[in-house]
Formats: sequence, C-alpha cells, structure tokens
Amino acid sequence: MDFTEDQILRYSRHILLPEVGGDGQEKILNAKVVLVGAGGLGSPVGYYLAAAGVGTIGVIDNDRVEISNLQRQIAHNTSRIGMLKADSAKETYETLNHDVKVVTHKERLSSKNIMDIIKDYDIVVDGSDNFPTRYLVNDACVMLKKTLISAAVFRFEGQLMSIYPGEGPCYRCLFEVPPPAGMVPSCQEAGILGVVTGVVGTLQATEVIKAILGIGQPLKGKLLLWNALDMNFRTVKVPWNKECPVCGEHPTIKELIDYEHFCSMSH
Amino acid sequence: MGVTMADDIKVDKTIDLKGQVCPYTFVRSKLAIEKMNLGEVLEIIFDHKPATENVPRSMENEGQKVLKIDQTGEKEWHVFVRKDKEKAKK
Repeated sequence: MDFTEDQILRYSRHILLPEVGGDGQEKILNAKVVLVGAGGLGSPVGYYLAAAGVGTIGVIDNDRVEISNLQRQIAHNTSRIGMLKADSAKETYETLNHDVKVVTHKERLSSKNIMDIIKDYDIVVDGSDNFPTRYLVNDACVMLKKTLISAAVFRFEGQLMSIYPGEGPCYRCLFEVPPPAGMVPSCQEAGILGVVTGVVGTLQATEVIKAILGIGQPLKGKLLLWNALDMNFRTVKVPWNKECPVCGEHPTIKELIDYEHFCSMSH
Repeated sequence: MGVTMADDIKVDKTIDLKGQVCPYTFVRSKLAIEKMNLGEVLEIIFDHKPATENVPRSMENEGQKVLKIDQTGEKEWHVFVRKDKEKAKK
C-alpha cells in the first residue's frame, strides 16, 4: 500500500513498532469493525479504533444522546444532546480521522436484522447494555464465525473476553442462559463509575487491534476481570464447553432468539 | 571517514530523505524496505546526522543488515541496508 504523506505522519508511531509496520497499518486501514452500542463502552472503543485508522467502523445504536450519558459516553458532548448516538459518534470519529468511514445502523438489533448488519464486518464489539442483545450478538457471531470482543461493566467492575468461534469458547460456554429478569441491575439502576467504561472499552479496542494485526495473545478462552477500587486485574480460564448449545459439537440453538425484554425501564 | 567505495554494493532502491528528521527518517526507511525482497539492498540518503546512528540501529533491531555508511559531504550521508528479514506473516 502507498501511504499518503498525511498517513505516514499520522500513523508513524504505529509504523515504528516492529509488530506493526506499514503492512500492519495497512491491515488496520482495511479492517471493518462494528460496534454494538455507542454508549459507555462503545464510545472509547470507536474513538481509539478511529485514532488507529480502522477504515470502516459500523455503529449500531438507535438511542439519542441524553445528559446523563455524558458522565462517561465520551463520543458525545453537550451540543449533541437529543441527537441520535450513531450520528454523534460518526461526527466525532470522522473528525478525529478522515481516513475513517463510519457506517451508522440506526436500528435496534433483533433476530430479524442482525445477520444482515454484521455479515459485512470482520470483527464485532459488544458494548450493549442488556442481556437479550448480548446473547443475540453472541449467537449471531458464532453462526457467522465473526470474532467477537465482548465486555460488560457494573459499578466499579468490568469484564472482558474475546470470542473466536471455532477456536475457543463463546459467551454461552461461560453463561449458558440469561439470568432471570430483575436479577442483574442495569447501569441506570445500579450506577457506574464513568472511568470504568473508559478503561474496559479501551481494553476492548486493544483486543480488536490485536485481532486485526494477529499479534499478542488474545483473551481467547479467558475472562479478564478488573476491579477499579482495588485495581486488581485477574484473568480466569473459560473452558470451551463441548456441549454448548450454540457453539458445541451438538448445537441445540440453530436460530437466533429474541429474549423478552426484562426491564421496564428500558428504552 | 576516508574514501569509501560504494561501487561494490549493488543497490536495488534508493530513497532520498534529505530534509527529513527523526523519527520520519526511520519510518520512511522502514516503509521502503518492507516493499523489497529478501537480499535486496536499500540506499538511503540523509542530511540529518542523528539519523545516521538511529536508522542503522533501528534497522539492525529489526533484523536487517547495515552494509555501509558513507559520508559524501559535510551534510550528506548514504546508508546501505540489506533486507535480511521479512516480518512473519499472520
């Protein structure tokens, strides 16, 4: 690939890295990554992927920016209150880097649209805020064999795993079915320290870049756990469940499921 | 530095980086050598003295072989690097 003058300067700090170089940067520019959600997690993921030069960033979100989001959702700002988050994120990322094309998907994910939306991307990033979406995204990625970087946050904690279908466990290998309704409060109910989404989202972006470049050790078959209060990072092994209903040897889930929405406070 | 003969080195590509400063001296050199085949020789022309130490060191760090460094003028250096290492493909 022939870089423009601007690109040589912009990506110089990447090109210098032995593990990246010009050919690594070319891979990043050619990559297509889709973000499920442009909220707390999605914001920093998209921001750092745009900075890195990921050529196509899809943003799936049909919510609008609210003032309570701004304590952590750094892709947005005060002047964007009321704007669709996908459009706001597009403006932010494309302004940071003109090499980046943001494709907005202003719809709510369901079994009816998810396959069509994610099929053209290489990597999927789950920054969703509800269990039905989390399981839907996992199942769709397993079925389409898409690398999925899945993370979640709660109060002062975060967790992250990288799902490489066919190479390691999926989300259901860890949590086979969604929890009963009402058992796990949302950020809206329980609260979330803003910076926690920043750290965990950026860790997701790190896993994305490593996947694009094929470097380092991905969190495949591993769950990274972080507690902001004691600053403890811990990685636990996630066994690949051969009897997993979606990714196991005898799958029982062969169609996507729309779990009923649990929470009455949801949008 | 004495008289040096560059005639015995077969150069496959020359890049003129006069006017460039670090780290762009190495960035551009690295981009050039990435596009070359193993065994080929890149000649890089600098007018920035720190580059004459930094670029050879960085090239060798990445497994390339610096064959020669010639000073051809008060502010002109020619560095000859042979591509000995291809980055492992994914």
